[in-house]
Amino acid sequence: MKFWRLPLDAEAHSIPQGTVNIIESRCKGCGFCIEFCPNGCLKQSKRFNVKGYHPPELIFHAEDCVECGLCSLICPEFAIFTELKEAKKITEDDIQKVTTRYSRRDRRSFKR
Amino acid sequence: MKIRLRELSHFDKEAAETLIQKDHGLHPDDKYLKPGRIPHIWCPGCGLGVVLTTFIEAVRRNRIPIDMCSVVSGIGCTGRVAGYLDMDTYHTTHGRAIPFATGLALANPQMSVTVFSGDGDLFAIGGNHLIHAARRNVNLKVICVNNFNFGMTGGQVAPTTPLEAKTSTTPTGNAEPGFNLPYLAHAAGAVYVARWTTFHPRQLAHSISQALNKKGFTFVEAIAPCPTGYGRPNKLGSGLEEMRFYRDMTEVRNGADPKLAEIRLREKFIVGTFHDTDRPDFLENYDRNVVSRVKSKQKGKEKGKAA
Ligand SMILES: Cc1ncc(C[n+]2csc(CCOP(=O)(O)OP(=O)(O)O)c2C)c(N)n1
Ligand code: SF4
Ligand code: SF4
Ligand code: SF4
Repeated sequence: MKFWRLPLDAEAHSIPQGTVNIIESRCKGCGFCIEFCPNGCLKQSKRFNVKGYHPPELIFHAEDCVECGLCSLICPEFAIFTELKEAKKITEDDIQKVTTRYSRRDRRSFKR
Repeated sequence: MKIRLRELSHFDKEAAETLIQKDHGLHPDDKYLKPGRIPHIWCPGCGLGVVLTTFIEAVRRNRIPIDMCSVVSGIGCTGRVAGYLDMDTYHTTHGRAIPFATGLALANPQMSVTVFSGDGDLFAIGGNHLIHAARRNVNLKVICVNNFNFGMTGGQVAPTTPLEAKTSTTPTGNAEPGFNLPYLAHAAGAVYVARWTTFHPRQLAHSISQALNKKGFTFVEAIAPCPTGYGRPNKLGSGLEEMRFYRDMTEVRNGADPKLAEIRLREKFIVGTFHDTDRPDFLENYDRNVVSRVKSKQKGKEKGKAA
């Protein structure tokens, strides 16, 4: 479905964008951050850290991180945290992206 | 064929230590943690780290100064929290976190005193202390991490282990039903009672910060996965799978009667903030009924002498 205009109050809102920092040597590979990130920004990497676990890494659509902070709250090892990069203006692209994500069975949001 | 063995090199404690020290300060929460103590000893997939993070988040949110914040814990995996937090912390003997914390809270009423301990510590060996502190309404913030077993000593049965659950001392299934902790705390007189799992870190942080703001005895139960002691014998899988289990098997019901909060093996259970009231705390009652009366009696005596 295509939207023919932006919401009228689009000016009043913005989309936060975060940078994700991963302290790889601390990670114990529990996978909590990967599983529960609401935007599916993380995946398990192929490499090993010094402890022999696979730390998480950002997936290709890394700009999806909305700096919600769930990953840093749910990580038991103090190994991941986010910083606010910018608060982006809402564009038509974003609306389109969100609607397709939640209308179609997008692989990233329904990866369980 | 000759097997070539790798040359033995002795463990270099100093080098390992500097490596750990170097990591300190990389994470924003590190300013609440003792330098050089992370990585902690908890197993991969253990939920204790999540509860610690949410507690730090609650302290940060309430802007409690570090020197006005103290944490007391007992023995067990959960008890290790006292060793990791960089504030006034005390690692007491098994089950005696609440008596120690009671003394602290009475000696320094301005201090925010949190008791951070396991289910075995607070409800098995320390059960009596907890119910009496709740009855007196001592100004303590109790966070009980419930992993349904004695984690540190090898996964033995605890007073919270559900009926039929397997542990290392109940290999054929537990013959006793477990405690309903929120109901017990509520009945004993806690002014704030909540339960969340580590799958609900935001709600847990919110509940802990609400509890930190209250005066009196508050009780927050945090259900955490213990893949080593409880997950393995009960076929719950890894810590992540236990988290998924809590995602699917919990129902948020704020304000529900804590009587309904019973936990049965492999059945749905409820989480939420069950109870939030106010009543005079121990010091207030003590001031009103003892201190002020003794003072007025003394005044009367002095008057009598003068006359
Ligand atoms: C007086 C005394 N009795 C028994 C013990 C052995 N012990 C150490 S930890 C522990 C159980 C702790 O269980 P819990 O409080 O549930 O913490 P968890 O390890 O599960 O986090 C016991 C019985 C002890 N240290 N001291
Ligand atoms: S901050 Fe939120 S959206 Fe960004 S990576 Fe972490 S969990 Fe995902
Ligand atoms: S939650 Fe932390 S320890 Fe677990 S996989 Fe993610 S970064 Fe690693
Ligand atoms: S034994 Fe259980 S409670 Fe203790 S660190 Fe391991 S997973 Fe956590």
